[in-house]
Formats: sequence, structure tokens, C-alpha cells
Amino acid sequence: MTQMTFARAINSGLRRSLDNDPKVVLMGEDIGALGGVFRVTDGLQKDFGKHRVVDTPLAESGIVGTAVGLAYRGYRPVVEIQFDGFVYPAFDQIVSQVAKMHYRSRGTVKMPITIRIPFGGGIGSPEHHSESPEAYFAHTAGLRVVTPASPQDAHTMIQQAISCDDPVVFFEPKRRYHDKGEVDESLDPNSAPPMGRASVVTDGSDVTLVAYGPLVKTARDAATAAADEGVSVEVIDLRSLAPVDFATVEASVRKTGRLVITHEAGQSNGLGAEVAASITERCFYHLEAAPVRVTGFDVPYPYSKVEMHHLPNLDRILDGVDRALGRPNSLSGLEG
Amino acid sequence: MVTDDAGQGGTAAGRDNKTGHQGGAGHSMVQLITPAGERVSHPEYDPWLKDVSDEQLCSLYEDLVVIRRIDKEATALQRQGELGLWPPLLGQEASQVGSVRALRDDDFIFPSYRENGVAYCRGVDLADILRVWRGAASGGWDPYTVNMAIPQIVIGAQTLHATGYAMGIQNDGADSAAIVYFGDGATSEGDVNEAMVFAASFQVPLVFFCQNNHWAISEPVRVQSHTQLVDRGTGFGIPSMRVDGNDVLAVMAATRVALDRARRGGGPTFIEAVTYRMGPHTTADDPTRYRDANELEDWAAKDPIGRVHALLDRKGLFTEEFETGVRTKADAVARELRAGCIGMPDPEPLDVFKHVYSTPNSWLDRQQDHYSRYLATFGDPEVATQEEGAR
Repeated sequence: MTQMTFARAINSGLRRSLDNDPKVVLMGEDIGALGGVFRVTDGLQKDFGKHRVVDTPLAESGIVGTAVGLAYRGYRPVVEIQFDGFVYPAFDQIVSQVAKMHYRSRGTVKMPITIRIPFGGGIGSPEHHSESPEAYFAHTAGLRVVTPASPQDAHTMIQQAISCDDPVVFFEPKRRYHDKGEVDESLDPNSAPPMGRASVVTDGSDVTLVAYGPLVKTARDAATAAADEGVSVEVIDLRSLAPVDFATVEASVRKTGRLVITHEAGQSNGLGAEVAASITERCFYHLEAAPVRVTGFDVPYPYSKVEMHHLPNLDRILDGVDRALGRPNSLSGLEG
Repeated sequence: MVTDDAGQGGTAAGRDNKTGHQGGAGHSMVQLITPAGERVSHPEYDPWLKDVSDEQLCSLYEDLVVIRRIDKEATALQRQGELGLWPPLLGQEASQVGSVRALRDDDFIFPSYRENGVAYCRGVDLADILRVWRGAASGGWDPYTVNMAIPQIVIGAQTLHATGYAMGIQNDGADSAAIVYFGDGATSEGDVNEAMVFAASFQVPLVFFCQNNHWAISEPVRVQSHTQLVDRGTGFGIPSMRVDGNDVLAVMAATRVALDRARRGGGPTFIEAVTYRMGPHTTADDPTRYRDANELEDWAAKDPIGRVHALLDRKGLFTEEFETGVRTKADAVARELRAGCIGMPDPEPLDVFKHVYSTPNSWLDRQQDHYSRYLATFGDPEVATQEEGAR
């Protein structure tokens, strides 16, 4: 076990993938000498060369589109989109090409491409640097979408994503890049829990609280605070957003009877809606209350002086937990 | 012979009015067979055709004719309801045959949706060429058996794939190359421009083969570009050529020049093949709404097949026996195409779920399971798909 930051854990996972498979190539803007704007690829070009860690021209569609061609040739490209808000120029290549090529080619052409995207807010950045576009990709057939919430998961899941024969959009919670945790670098990604599986990170019995990415830490803190008030919250880290491991969530809700979902992305048509609907379909008669969503608002990501009003924090999550439990809360007395 | 546009023969006026005469003389256009079938010498390009014997010239002619026959048969199949849609390549035969026949087997092709002549020359199974247009699949063939990607309908998207593939060739240290086909309209797309940026920056072994057929559905090429399209390649620092796209030898020579550069580590080349889409954009299009019949006549006089016919005639090679042989071959291919189309098995209902992922997916597996149960409630699965319902 080694103490390391979230960013370093991804770096170490990338290094292992580069070491283990000569077909793995990294592509992106500023990922070479600079090591990426978040230093996630620090030192990799120096050690693996400019043909395996490629500084690309500033063209996101170009980065993803050339990755498709490399995959056609048998490579496993790992592309870095510098910030969430800059992925949209590549949207066509991701949605129409990366996601569909296996289907369109009747299974003859594999697209083992990993698209790394730092996402989420809370870092005081100007616009376009703090977005949560995961629902667009989770809604796209042919893609897998995952997001790790701990340094250990970051380390193993990036390796699992790279070795997956299907394309994976890999969201990295950027405000957790500097958080430290214990990482077992020797852990074989094949024997670690698969990236598609959700994880119960805090056991509880009164309410199931579903989170992913940057809000897993917030959700755990909320569970600790709730415990002080005598409420037992079970926290689930989804890890995979497409597909969602509903079996794990369902098992928890059958036990607690109450469901709260939290994410930074805006509420409408978000992941929370899918989780609420699917869990309601699967275990309606085990629910004691309607599922509750605690999310960002349906606004463009706001400027930094007000971003903390947009982002769910510990108290807003606890308020949601109170709603699920029918305890006094901010909406008490409101109907519907 | 090097000509400018005005020297291409025919009356230029109608063409210039409608489709534009972009940017003045600019690059000259390479032509080795005149529309009248005269083989004109060219010191720079002739060396690249030294091995083209009379026999090969005859074989090029056969491909041109067979492809036109395929196109005609497929159009008929569409009219008869056997295909949902077909994008005719009438008039572009020389651009397709001349370029694909310059390739080695280990070169890799990224086509748009109109390169059905390229697919034929590459050895793609005839039924596979029609599979997409019959709606029996989204991609017709296994790209790795012929080293040709499946058709690309998103305009220009494949140029980036070809560039990435060529980056892979470069990484592998191989001496093969990639070629990407696209049209005049595609040169306006961001992806094509980004592809040229990447290809030039990394000096990858790639041929950008632009068939300027003068029309992007109803939009003439002047809407796409204020300069000759070939200038776009030059602007990215990519060596660029402008050739008569209705001249199979000029196209072949230019493609060989480009491939040789690619194999020797000289990076990408841009070729503008100046040709003309004699038919509609697709069988769903009506070009009489937007273009003059005069223009069509001008280009008919520059037909890619007619001029090789005339050249073979001059050489005494166009015998009755040869002509009969080519026609017999074309008819046989057309029959095989038709039989392959009509005999193509329909996909199974649950094929709708197939190949979305290469690994199991819990969401999709559940949907497939539920839909299977639903289908099982019907005696005949086809009944389940009637829009008005069976209940």
C-alpha cells in the first residue's frame, strides 16, 4: 500500500497499462512535456516516447477521430479531453463513430478507446471548466461510462477501462485529484471488483444514498453527520453510470425502503431520474417514500462566486435524507 | 498534357455559371487521355504508368464498364423496391478505378458512401455492397478481409479515421499507406480540416482523395469554396495535385505518386480529382430542380468510359470480341448482384440487440430478455411489428 493522490493513482494506472500492452497509446493536449494541465500524465512521455504519449493539435474531434483510426489498426488509444466543457467538439465522433462502430461493422471492428474527461465543479474556475456532461454519454448506446471516487478505484478502473474491448468514457472528479488515499499498486485489475459494479461504501439501514464521482466523499460525510443524529445512511458509490449496477442499489433499497440520489449535474433527465425510475420499477413495494433527488440545478454551470449554491453539499444532502424519512425538512408543508 | 479548366474541352460557359470556376487558373489539371481518347505524354507522370500494358488498359476499361453496370442494376433494384436507397456514382468511375487500382493489398481504404466502385475493385462481395442499402445491416463487410472500412455516411468523419490509421502504420514502422475518399462538400467539414492538420503535423502515410463531383446534393462547389479545392491541401502544407478525375490513367498516376511519397516517409498528399456526378445525389434526389441540362451535356462529352473506348479504338484493341467479353462480364456481375440482393437473408428480430457491445451489458441484456418474452406472446414475430397492432 502506498499513500498517493487521486491524480497520481491514475498516472500509476496509465503507466502500468503502457507497460503491459504496447498497443496502448495516450493522446491529448499538453499531456507530454507538461504532463497534462492536472499533471495526470506527468513523466509518461519522457518514459514511453512521443509516439506513445502524443501531444496532439488543439482539436477535440481530431483527437477522438484519429483514436478511432488507431483502434481500427489494433491500438488501444487513451485520449484526454482537457476539461469537461471542451468535449462537445468531439461529440459527433464519440456518439456517431466511437459508440457505433462495433454495431455498424457487425462486430468486426472493436473500439477499445478510453476517453478520459476531468469533470465536475467546486474548483473556482471560469466557465466551461466545471461541467458534468455524463448523462449525454450515459444515454448513448455503445458507450460505457464510469467514474471512480477513490484513489484505489482510480488506479484499478483506469486499467480496466483501457483493457475493455468496448469504448469507455472515464470521468475523473477533478476536485478530488489532490485527495490522498491508500493504493495497492500491485492489485491485479482482473481480480479487483469490475468497473461495472457499484460499491456499498458505508453500511446503513434507514436510507440508501446513491452518489458517484466527486459527491461520494460528500455523501460519506453526510452519512457520518446523520449517524450523529441517529439516522443510519447506507452510501452507494455507483462507479459505473452506464450501465448502472441496479442490482446493488435494489438490494440496498429493499433493506432501507428509502432512496436519495445526488449528483452535481442538473436534475432533469439526469442520472438520478434513471436511478429513481429503475429502482421504483424494480422494488416499488419496498419503498416507504418517493425517491428524492439532490442535484445541481438546470442552469448553465454558474460562475464561481455562486457555484457552491449549485453544488449539493453535506447539508443539502441531509435535507434530502430528511425528506426521504418524512422528517421536518426545507419542503415540509409543500405538496408535490 | 496539362490544362486549365478552360482547356478541358466542351463548352465551359454553362459549367462556370453554375458550378463555379474557383479561384482562377491556380493549379493546372493533369490529363493523360483527352476526352477524344488521345493519349498525351507527360514527362512527370508517364514514368508512373510504365507498367500499364495494353492488357491492363483493357482491364481498366472492363472495370469502368462493370462498375457502371453495377450502378445501373442497383438503381433498378431501388426502383423495384429491393433497396431502400442507392447513391449512384455515374460519371465518377475513372476516379474510383484509377485510385483503387494503384493500391497494394495491405493499404487501407476509408470510403464515404459513394465508393461502391472502389469496393467492387477491392473484391468486396457483391451482396455485401448492397447490404447497407437494403437495410439488412449498418455496415456491409468485414473491413479486415479486404482492408477497406465500411461506408461512412457522416460527411468527412472518415478522414480522421484514416489519419489515425496512418498514425498506426507509422508507429508500426510499416511501408503501407491509407487512402481516404471524400467529396467536394466534405472539404467544408471541420473533421476534414482537422484531419489535414493532424496528417501534416505527424507526416503520416495518407492520401486524401477528394472527388470533386461539383455537387453536394443541390449545392454547387462554389458554395463550399472560394478557391480551387486543391488549394485547401496546399494551405495545410500538404503536397497537392489536381487531376482530371474522368481520366483513369491520370488518376492512377497521381495516386501512385502520392502512395510512393507516403511509403517513403514523405507524409500525406491531397489529390483533387475533378469529375462530375452525372446522376442524382441518391435515388431520393431530383437534380432537375437545381441544375441545367446543358451542364450535363458538357460533362457527357468528357465521359470517363468513352475516352478509354476511343483510346483502345485508336490502338486497335477495341475488337468485337473484346467488347462482347466486357459486356458479358458486366451482365454476369449484374445478375450476381441482383441474385445476391434478393437472396440476402433478412436479419432476425433479436439482431436489433446484436453487436452494440462486445462485452455483456446488464441494461441491454435485460431489455433483450423482456423483448424476447414479449415476442413470444405472438405466434409470428412479424405480426408484433405491425404499426396498427394486432390486437
